[in-house]
Formats: sequence, structure tokens, C-alpha cells
Amino acid sequence: MTAAALSALLSHWLRNPVQAFTLVAGLALATALWSGVQAVNLEARASYDAAAATLGEGQFDQLVAASGETLPQASFIALRRAGWLVSPVLEGRLRAGEARIRIVGIDPLTAPMVLSAQARGATGDLAPFLSGTIGLATPDTVARLGDTVQLRLIADAGIAPGTLLTDIGAAQRLLGQTERISRLILAPEQPIDRLPLKDVAADLLLKPMQQATDMGRLTDSFHLNLTAFGLLSFTVGIFIVHGAIGLAFEQRRSMVRTLRALGLPLRRLVLLMAVEVLVFALVAGGLGVMLGYGVAAALLPDVAATLEGLYGAQVNGSLQLRPVWWLSGLGMALVGAGLAAGGALWRIARMSLLASAQPRAWAMQARQARPVKATIATMLLTAAAGLVVWGKGLILAFVLLACLLLGAALALPLILDTVLAGAVRRARGVLAGWFWADTRQQLPGLSLALMALLLAMAANVGVSTMVSSFRLTFVAFLDQRLASELYVTARNAQDSAALQDFLVPRAKAVLPLLSIETQISGLPTALYGARIGPTYTQNWRFLASDTDVWSRVAQGEAVILNEQLARRSGLWLGARVQIAPGVDLPVAGVVGDYGNPIGQAIIAESLFRRLHPEVITLRFGLRSDDPDALRSALIEDYGLPASQIINQSDIKALSLRVFERTFTVTGALNVLTLAVAGFAILMSLLTLAALRVPQLAPAWALGLTRRDLGRLEILRAVLLALLTALLALPLGLALAWVLLAIVNVQAFGWRLPMYLFPIDYIRLFLLALMAAGLAALWPAWRLARIPPAALLKVFANER
Amino acid sequence: MLLEVAQLTKSYRGAERTVAVLRGVDLALDAGQTLALTGESGSGKSTLLHLVGGLDLADSGSIRLAGQDVTALDDRGRATLRRTTVGLVFQQFNLIPSLGVAANIAFQARLAGRVDPAHIDRLTRALGLEAHLHKYPEQLSGGQQQRVAIARTLAARPRLVLADEPTGNLDEATADDVLDQMLALVAETGASLIMATHSTRLAARMDRILHLSRGRLQ
Repeated sequence: MTAAALSALLSHWLRNPVQAFTLVAGLALATALWSGVQAVNLEARASYDAAAATLGEGQFDQLVAASGETLPQASFIALRRAGWLVSPVLEGRLRAGEARIRIVGIDPLTAPMVLSAQARGATGDLAPFLSGTIGLATPDTVARLGDTVQLRLIADAGIAPGTLLTDIGAAQRLLGQTERISRLILAPEQPIDRLPLKDVAADLLLKPMQQATDMGRLTDSFHLNLTAFGLLSFTVGIFIVHGAIGLAFEQRRSMVRTLRALGLPLRRLVLLMAVEVLVFALVAGGLGVMLGYGVAAALLPDVAATLEGLYGAQVNGSLQLRPVWWLSGLGMALVGAGLAAGGALWRIARMSLLASAQPRAWAMQARQARPVKATIATMLLTAAAGLVVWGKGLILAFVLLACLLLGAALALPLILDTVLAGAVRRARGVLAGWFWADTRQQLPGLSLALMALLLAMAANVGVSTMVSSFRLTFVAFLDQRLASELYVTARNAQDSAALQDFLVPRAKAVLPLLSIETQISGLPTALYGARIGPTYTQNWRFLASDTDVWSRVAQGEAVILNEQLARRSGLWLGARVQIAPGVDLPVAGVVGDYGNPIGQAIIAESLFRRLHPEVITLRFGLRSDDPDALRSALIEDYGLPASQIINQSDIKALSLRVFERTFTVTGALNVLTLAVAGFAILMSLLTLAALRVPQLAPAWALGLTRRDLGRLEILRAVLLALLTALLALPLGLALAWVLLAIVNVQAFGWRLPMYLFPIDYIRLFLLALMAAGLAALWPAWRLARIPPAALLKVFANER
Repeated sequence: MLLEVAQLTKSYRGAERTVAVLRGVDLALDAGQTLALTGESGSGKSTLLHLVGGLDLADSGSIRLAGQDVTALDDRGRATLRRTTVGLVFQQFNLIPSLGVAANIAFQARLAGRVDPAHIDRLTRALGLEAHLHKYPEQLSGGQQQRVAIARTLAARPRLVLADEPTGNLDEATADDVLDQMLALVAETGASLIMATHSTRLAARMDRILHLSRGRLQ
């Protein structure tokens, strides 16, 4: 019995291979886009974890020099003698051909176990590492290093990408930093009777672990965007699958009725159909994961370059096959197929055995379900509006996005139906009247594909607007913040004073970059001391400020906060901020600080020096009318290494290059999502083609040629895409607004201004129309060549 | 006695009121007997066939078919009854469009676990379907499709064939032809037949004729 029933069910797919292909391809594409993006995210996160494991970042408290320089090895020895369980780390960068490799030297004998484990390797033997003759790196880094370093290189996939791990002695040798240390890692458990830090090494600062760099947190925004895009692409794909499964189930209503009438129990039937979906999901999921690997491999180099440029995060440029990624891809395929098929299976299970098997029952059902859909769409859009006003927190921001997109998608067929009903009423001439009425009749069959197009286009408009707005804002922000023509770093504290003496007569202004990490309102904050002058007063733009902000700050009477600190701590203009014990100042201005994950407070240089006399200025911003000449003087006359000087234009160029890479990633995802929507339209038209014959035969019999019918099919697809695109624009802009003004604020603490990009939108419109036209081309061509006998059959009595 | 129906009632809830379709029907049928059910549209012919075939549930009354109380069967039991005891022939043929003719003919026998290739072969030849075995239903005429449906039903060797206007979609000559073949094959397999029809001419070829009017047998 089961075999007979299964053969009947599967025969449907063999007789309708396009439908089977739609189902598999839709699910495979959805899985591919989702798992591709997830693979990129996983790879990046694995790289951050490897970095954290290699460098001990974020896991341990650390001791660093108050001056920000390296510290002498003698401090390490003194601390060990005083009872402190510390371990030295030296870090630096080395150029190997085109690449810059991070050199990390550790002392495995004193390092916490989690760090020394890598040095022990598979054998657990420390002797080779301690000999200072070997270095560990990923196979990729080993290849890039070649014979640049005089070490025996051992490939180890567990090391952070772009990093060479070696004994501290070897690192000191390689970096030319004899007897120097970058930082000291503190073991979690310290002896109670150790001497106080100020008695042993007063020039060292304790840096708690939560203040250490956490690359995962820094790059969250980027990964969040990628995940959102992946999820949206997956949703678009699921729309296709839902359409294919829904149509296939509806087409098989008569078969289901026959099977049951012939004695197949309902439970067995539903079980077999569920198994059928499961098999489809596994096949499509497997294909999707493989395709996803291709997507990830294509995207990863650009993503890695973007992450390195934007955040300095080293990400492995090559992809590894991870079981968790395979499983999550297959899991998503199963969940997607389950979501898409659940409703159809439920309807089959509840369908009366004597229900009439109408070939267009799904269309009639869609018409009957209109009031329900209208109610749900209204509720979702109202909920979205309510969340804009009253919603708080990141979760609710995403709920708002979901309500907005789902509500709009559900409302689309209703709006299109209303527009087409109006067109039917206004149509002049019998052909126009028939065309509009026929287009309206096609809506239920095409609505899922059009919803997919709506979401894809809205995502394109929304994300492009967000990224482009970010770029414009960020470029303006760079002009504001990187006003100095040159940035120089002194070699050490002694050099700092001499460098200032050298610069004062040669530069228009010398601006020390003083900062210290502290806590304000319980939040990690960088406190800056600014030498206030025209560079600040003429360039900085405030989001909110008092009229005499700079003069008050210069006099030590007020403080400026960055937006994220102001929003997170709820401190706005006029609020008093405690910047040091016993020192509180009113907020006189709030500035945008895009891309920075932590808070920032700016006070006058004089006040800063009074509060933190231990901080020595090593970095300076220089204003000059002739930066090239000043740079030459610094190198040739003063003897400052060229690596200690950064040209402002170089930083800006680098930042813009990074953005171009980001755009490549976003652009690729945009094209992929749009392609999926185009595919949805193609598949809907193809699956509808067979059902269209009885509807088109009368028009053909009344005098339209088959070619006319084909042309009208293309016109119909383009027209529906145009109407959908017109609705996608406001939806996309609403999406962009939510991302910029709500999600960004909730996730990162800063709000971006929104700019409009009409040329981009027109280009997208044309792309969407082209996708719809191309999708309609094949079905239209098939229609234009349909044999007259097939059309005549419609009128045969014996059908 | 193969079939005994006693005081069977069935009503449907309409948009405005409840319509009583069957109002206490009594019926008995011997094994191998053929019976024509006639009556105007809406008289309850199809409903009676649906209830006897376990496709629908009666409001009251009893149906005993081959020693089984059909009205006491649950959904699974009624499915087994349709698979093993009853054969249904519909006006709309209800073939499986994605299966070829050969697979359609063998289908119910496979469901019932009673595949007899020789029997199927005999039915195929008797109904003149040999040349069409590799075709799909959509490639056949209405008469040919109904012959496939009859072959499918008889291939499973049901004890009772229920045919609901089996020739309603066919012209007169084809209808006669199809009915001839069906009656001959039903007689050959020893099955009983109840056929609902509007045609008094076709009804006259059965052993008995019962007329349904306003839910009652006359």
C-alpha cells in the first residue's frame, strides 16, 4: 500500500519536473545564501577566537605602561620577585612581502595554560619552543612568511590568522625590541601577600579584562548586517518554496481525494507527504550547503579585507568546512521546508474526502483569505508603528523590522488587486479590459513571487541607503576628525618633549593626542584631553551643543561626550558627568563618533594633565600648509622613522578603500537577493503556464495570435514588477530609517543621518524590471509556440 | 446477503437551512446482483453511494456490507473497507493524472495488496486498452478514461462496485459500449454493482431498479 501511494505521489514530480526543480532550487538557493553568510560569519568568529586564544585578549587582566609605550623586561622581573604571577608578551608587526605579519612572543613557562598550550604543540614538549628557533602560524601565514624570518616555521591551524607565535626572546630579536615587553598578563589567581603595584612598578596601569580589545564585540555591527541579509535572502527563498509546495499540493488535491477514496488512510497519506517534503529538504539542503560554500568562498576575501581595514581584525582568507555549518545549513533547509509545507499539510489533513477538486482552488482560496490577510497585515503594520513610538531595546527593534516587512508583504497582493480593479474599471477597449482582468486573475498565483520581489527590492533600497548614508556620514566625519595633515608618534617619553620642541616652530599647530581609558557612568570610556583651537572649533560638528561649548570646555568648565556614551548613560546637554573622583562637569556638547564601540569624553588639555599627570603624550596631530615639507623635515632633520608618521590623506584613502570592499560585499548580496526574486517570478510563471491554457484559449479563439499572447505575458510580468517596485521604494526607505534611527541606536549607541540616493533607486528599478522581463521571456516564448491543438483541447467536450 | 441498509438518514447543513437528503432508506442486495439507482438531481443517489462506500458518515440507520457494520467503522476502518471490499467508479473518472494507464489500472490492486497480472491483463484486453498502456490519462478520450477507471476498480476484485453516473460524461454509443463491458466484467468477477444513473435506458439493463425521490426509495 505504501509503495503504491508513494509511487502516485512521486509521479506528480516526474510529470512536473519544472515544479520539482522550483522546489529544490528555491530551497537550495535559500539555504545557500543563508549558509554562505553564516560560513563567513563563523570563519570570522573562529579567527577572533583563535586570536583571543593566541594573544590572551579579553581573557586576562593585563599590566601596561601608563605612557602607552613598551615596558622594560626589568619590570617583569621585579613584579615576579614581588610575588606577582605575571607573564610577558611582546607584540609587533613585521612586513613579509606585501603582507604585514603580527609577531607575538610569549613565555610559555609563566603564561596561563590556555596560552602555553599552543606552544606545547601536539607532543606537549616545550623544549623546541623555548629554544627560540621555531615559530607557529597558520599554513596560510607560513606560506606568506616564506623565508622572511630566521625561524623554523611550523604550520598550526589553531593560531590566529596573520600571526606568528614564538618565544619572547625570538620575538624581541625579530622586532629589534631587546629587553622590551608590550604587556604583562596577570594569572587569574594572585598571591594575597604580593607587594602593592605602586611599590613595585608605579608606571604600570592595570587594564581589566573587559576593557581589553574584543574583536567579536567590535565587529558585531558588520556581522549583524550580514546575518540580517542572510536571513532576508533565506526568507525570500522560503517564499519561493512556499509557492512551489502550495501549488503542488493544490494541484494534487484531486489525487489526494482519489487516493483516499481508493482506501489510503489519511494518516498514512499525510505521513508520506511529510516524508516527501523531508527528502526534498535534505536533497535541496545538501545542494544549498554546497552552493553556500561557493558563495562564502567568493565573499570571504572581500569580507576579510573589510574586517581588517575597518577594525584591524585578522580573518582567515580561506574557508574551512565546519560540521556545525553543514548541520545548521541542513537544519535551516528542514525548518524552511517545514514552514513552507506545514500549512499545506494541515489543509490536506483537514480536507473533506468529498471536497470538490477544483483546479484553481488555491486561487479561490486566496480570494477567500483576503479579509484575513488584510486584517493580519493591518495588525502587523499597526504593531510596527506602535513599536516605533514605544519600542525599546534591540530585540523589539528586530520585531519591528519583522512586523514591517511581513505586514507589507501580506498587504502587497491586496494593494495590487485594488490597483488592478481600478484599471479594469477605467480600461477602454475590449483588449485592455481583458488584459487587466486577466492580470488580476493571475495575482493569487504570482503573489508569493511578487512578495519575494518586494522584500528583495526593499532590502536592496534599505541596505544600500544605510551603507551609502554611512559612507557619506563617515567621510564627513573623517574630514572633521582627521583635520590634522600629519600624525606623528614619538619613540618614547624622552623623545616626546624633544619632538614637540622641534615641531612648534615648524607646524601651524601641534595638537597632543592625550587619552586614558576610564569609566564614566559605569561604562568603559576613553577620556581625551584636547588642546582646543581652530582645528576643533572650526571643524567639529555637534549633534547637540550649547552656544559657547568650546570656550567652556577650554576653560575646564564643561565636557563633550560622544553620542554612544550620551545615549547609553542618558546624559545629554546640561547633565553633570563625573570624569574623575570629585570632579564633575556639565555636558556642553554631544558629537557623532561613528564606528567606535566605546564611549568618549573630551575635556581641556590643561584639566586632563592636572587629573592624569602620569600620562605622557606620545602622539601628536600636526597642522601644516606644507605637510610634505614637514614630513621630510621630521625624517631628515629630526631623524624620526617614516613608520612613525601617518599622512591624513593616506588614512582617508585607506578608509574609502575599505568602504569600497564593503560595497563589493553588499553589492554581491544585493544582486544575489534580486536574482532569487527574479527566479521566483520565473518559476511562478512556469508553474502557472499549464493552468493558463484554459484561460488564454478563449482569447486566442476570439482573434489574438499566440505571439500576441506571449507579448502580453511579458508586459504583464514587467507591469506587476513595476507596481511592486513602486511599493518597494517606500518600504525600503522605511527599512533604512528603522536600521539607521532605531536598530543602530539600540545596537551601537549612535544614530546615522539618512540620505537619499535617487540614481541608485532608478538603477535598481531598471534591474528589477529587467529581472521580471527576463523571467517572463521563457514562459512567453513557450506560449507563443504552443500547438493550436493544445488550445483547442480546452473546448473539447470530452476533456 | 451482501448489503443490508436499514433506516438510513443523512442531512446536510445548507446556507439557510438543513436539507434532509436521505429520509430512512432500506435496501438489500445479494452477491452478484446488479442494481440501478435512479432519481432526479439532488434525490440522494450519490449520497447513498457515498455512505455505502464509507466515504461519508450517516446521521442514523445502519449499513451492513459483507458482514461488517459500516456505520460503526472509524476513519481507518472505512479506508480499509474502500481498499478491500468496495470499488468506486466516478463520473469524472478520477484517474491519477501523473501515472500512466498501466500504473493507473494496477493502482487499487496494489493498494489492496491483490496484484494479479493475469487478471489485469484480461481486464485490459477486455476493455480494449492494450494500445494505450504507455499513455497518460490526458492523452485519452473520455470513454477510454472511463474504461481505465473500470479496469482499476475491477483489478482489485471488490465485492461491491459502486458506480456514480459512470457514463454521464460519455455519448450514447460510448456509454452503451462501456456499460456492456462493465456488466460483463462484473458478472465475470462475481461482484455486485450499484449504479446511479439518470438514464432509464441504461437502468433497464440491471437486475433491479430502485427510484429515489426526496430521500426515499420507491
